[in-house]
Amino acid sequence: MIQSPDLPLWAAIIVGIFVLLGASITLIGALGLIRLNSFYERVHPPTLGPTLGTICILVASITCFSTLQSRPIVHELLIGLFVTMTTPVTLMLLARAAVYRDRKEGSPDVPQE
Amino acid sequence: MKRILPFPLLSATLFTMWVLLTGFSPGHIVIGAAVAVIVSRVMLALQPEPSNIRISSAIPRLAGLVFVDILRSNIAVARIVLFKPKERKSGFIHLPIELQNPYALATLAVIMTATPGTLWLQHDARNRRVLIHVLDLVDESEWVDLIKNRYERLLMEIFE
Amino acid sequence: MNWPILALAITAAQVLLGLAMGCAVYRVFRGPRAQDRVLGLDALYLSGMLLLLTYGIQTGRTLFFEAALVIALLGFAGTVALAKFLMRGEVIE
Repeated sequence: MIQSPDLPLWAAIIVGIFVLLGASITLIGALGLIRLNSFYERVHPPTLGPTLGTICILVASITCFSTLQSRPIVHELLIGLFVTMTTPVTLMLLARAAVYRDRKEGSPDVPQE
Repeated sequence: MKRILPFPLLSATLFTMWVLLTGFSPGHIVIGAAVAVIVSRVMLALQPEPSNIRISSAIPRLAGLVFVDILRSNIAVARIVLFKPKERKSGFIHLPIELQNPYALATLAVIMTATPGTLWLQHDARNRRVLIHVLDLVDESEWVDLIKNRYERLLMEIFE
Repeated sequence: MNWPILALAITAAQVLLGLAMGCAVYRVFRGPRAQDRVLGLDALYLSGMLLLLTYGIQTGRTLFFEAALVIALLGFAGTVALAKFLMRGEVIE
């Protein structure tokens, strides 16, 4: 028996749709990691997960827990804040490191300073 | 006031976060207040320059714009990943930029990187330009116009 | 009420997120360069965090959300340290 929360029908529909939507968007982002060809192209798709994917799943979770009224929705808001603020920073640092390494090796793909 | 709480906004955020994560009880409120006052003093050692943000209607407008753009570019990037259009090419752009305030530049960097499809790489303060990478580079001047008109003006309104 | 459709949807979402983690792991092992592997790791912890969130919705326990919060913070610190390492070869200068 698969477990699921006890929700009224409207909430169940919202939660189901948003959870599926968020998971599919994250999967598309991760597929981009495989399907695109160069590193600089591959940096773009993983931003799908932390932006829209996370927002969708958090909306589902906010709906679920505010209907159940078991606890306030603080954690979701904090997670959303952390993820959307921190992922761009990590990606920027990583891309800068890649540019630095490519320039050091004299790779032709990256414009020189 | 300035001596006790050098960064009121940071202290307020720390306090709210502490209380929200641990629960409303008198003890936690006292500990949270202590943490907010003591920890925010750590920033003194970093000596950040004052940010003087102008509170205006530009802030919610910028937030709305970013949200809409994130939605739109999510769909665009998802389409590229799933269908791999043949004529797409990606590339680097040198974007001329007039913003100089470091906070405004940081905000723009986070916004552009958070939007799928554009990636901020390097800011060159001497030549006043930014190196960005765009996943779907059809027309270079179109991207430059888009960023200058959409974000740069609003950010200037807020920060400068 | 207990809706089987909802249970199915959440399970399907968990499978999708598991596949996303699989893609990220593929990139971590395949490379070809160090920055690709770090990128894969970044995507991996993010999908893992979202997977924990769906478990939280499924069981209704707060514990999973605390864990997700910790993963979000540690993943950030980890990727930043790795990126810094790639840039100069040293984490602390």
